[in-house]
Amino acid sequence: MIPNDTDELIHTLARDLRPVRVLRPPLARAGGLLAIVFLVIGLAVWLKADLPSFAVRYAEPRMGLQSAATLLTGIGAVVAAFYLSVPGRSTSWSYLPLAPLALWILTSGLGCSKYGVGLGPEGDRLGLSAHCFVFIVAVSIPIMAFLALVLRRARPLDPLRVSLLAALGVAALAAFALQFFHPFDITWVDLGVHVAAMGSMIGVAVLCRAAIG
Amino acid sequence: MSPAPPSVRQELSWATLMRSSLAGDEASYERLLREVTPFIRSLSRRYCRNSQLTEDIVQEVLLTVHRMRHTWDPRRPFSPWLAAIAARRSIDALRRSSRIARFEVNDELAIETFAVPGANYDREARHAAEQLEPLLAALPERQRRALEATKLRGLSTAAAARELGEPVASLRVIVHRAVKALRRRAGLEEKAEDG
Repeated sequence: MIPNDTDELIHTLARDLRPVRVLRPPLARAGGLLAIVFLVIGLAVWLKADLPSFAVRYAEPRMGLQSAATLLTGIGAVVAAFYLSVPGRSTSWSYLPLAPLALWILTSGLGCSKYGVGLGPEGDRLGLSAHCFVFIVAVSIPIMAFLALVLRRARPLDPLRVSLLAALGVAALAAFALQFFHPFDITWVDLGVHVAAMGSMIGVAVLCRAAIG
Repeated sequence: MSPAPPSVRQELSWATLMRSSLAGDEASYERLLREVTPFIRSLSRRYCRNSQLTEDIVQEVLLTVHRMRHTWDPRRPFSPWLAAIAARRSIDALRRSSRIARFEVNDELAIETFAVPGANYDREARHAAEQLEPLLAALPERQRRALEATKLRGLSTAAAARELGEPVASLRVIVHRAVKALRRRAGLEEKAEDG
């Protein structure tokens, strides 16, 4: 038997019913968003990037692997965010970006270790690395805003986890785009700055998680 | 002890009713909500033995189902979707109730030591209140009074319902609509009726 209050609530909700437009499946929604992001990145790369230098630099297997790992981290995290934004999906989707993320950290670390604990062949390049910070943040912000707009239609029950994954995905995609405009080899300073930029985006996304919940 | 999962027949029936509900069939929707209520209640009891709190959770879950119905994929089973909502709302309710228990003083003789508003000055809170005031004023009176009683003055739903002369269930729906209207006015929600 249903208590009176709940019974009345059910009756009220039924009277309040309107037809709704069901969300498309998470993979389709993620695919749509990623297609737009890659279109914009592709356009920027085609217009502004030094593609011949990029091709030479990334012909090295480690660099190619690093680039692929960055891209897969971004795609994996964004897809996971869309899956976890909907109730009833396995939380195992959270693990999707972890393997490429680990590979990205490993390949970046191997690259940095060329210089030991030094700052690279050109000495202290914190000034130039700061451009990387600005690039990652500047590219991430509009993508994150767009992604938040799309994700909040689902009204995720766990906005914290979804925001974390979304921010990781967006920051990784920005870092992937950066590779086309990064004229010098990565050092520990560069890596630290990249991590700081990504951490900043993740921190902001966590603080603003109410916007998608 | 975990509640028994729905039978295959129940699962199929609920999925069929939910599909009709998505299209706006009120009778199917009402029947669905009645049929799933015992299932929601047994799920909530995994987290909470207090019968009043359990019933509050059941009503929160029903409201959330109503708000989020557009997220159910008609090609997928219904009960995992419902169970995820019930689990989340149960955990939220437990966290809320333990937070209240930690900070609330339930003593008639408790004296408010800082009765002067200026003593509790908080710039951010004042800024938030200034932003909220015009939004609240724009709400229909019934929604505004319900929101003020439950969210601003912090009355429990039961106490607010008694004060306002509304049934508890209706008050929950009024508050739900008021929050939705506030979010729309604050630009946080789309206008389309998609849940």
